[in-house]
Amino acid sequence: MSGAQPPRGVTVRVQEAAFDLAAEGALLTRGREDVGGLASFVGLCRADDGLSALVLEHYPGMTERAIRRIAEEAYARWPLTGCTVVHRVGRLEPGAPIVLVLTASAHRAAALEACAFLIDWLKTRAPFWKREEFAGGGERWVEAKAADDAAAARWDRQDAGGGR
Amino acid sequence: MRVLYFAWLRQKVGLGEEEVAPPPEVRDVAGLIAWLSGRSPGHAAAFAQPRQVRCAVNQEFATPDAPVARGDEVAFFPPVTGG
Repeated sequence: MSGAQPPRGVTVRVQEAAFDLAAEGALLTRGREDVGGLASFVGLCRADDGLSALVLEHYPGMTERAIRRIAEEAYARWPLTGCTVVHRVGRLEPGAPIVLVLTASAHRAAALEACAFLIDWLKTRAPFWKREEFAGGGERWVEAKAADDAAAARWDRQDAGGGR
Repeated sequence: MRVLYFAWLRQKVGLGEEEVAPPPEVRDVAGLIAWLSGRSPGHAAAFAQPRQVRCAVNQEFATPDAPVARGDEVAFFPPVTGG
């Protein structure tokens, strides 16, 4: 399961439990004086169309590897001092946090851009799947969205590795 | 060869994973899909729309022309929808 050695300061976790934004942020800044900006993104479960829950599954092993690969790409593009990605799996109800991306850097632009990059690539290159459950008892698998592909593609460049 | 199925492919096949021994003429992902499709009606249904199917070989995204061999871990799944 272990691939290449990840850059220092990268934390990747896939878990059922909720995460603590403040605590995860503190881990990226505690005891350091070189961090000038900490950017965060939290994705939450929306109650679209009477949705009662999202059920998330993933490909254990490949998921962590794919996210570490994306983090390595972020480190290659921006001068980060740390980054954290926590993605939940299992049954999540509307309002529940699903994913956390944190990036730390000396300056805000690097932190903000790397954070947007990480969530955009994660959505199109990490093996997670969402199934929607509805109050009436129906269910359906979420389909990949062209808008997500477009968001990911804005970070494409010639020396970037391919995804799906 | 270990074959894994995720999301609606798992539901259609009726299995999360299986050990298979394809014949030697199965050399790539496309060949494996064709061979697996003959294993059961569920397999055939899962692979009925190949454009909706993505693949990973040994936990790396792979295209239909990617080689597969004995001992590989090959996974089939729909386009990813995390985040």
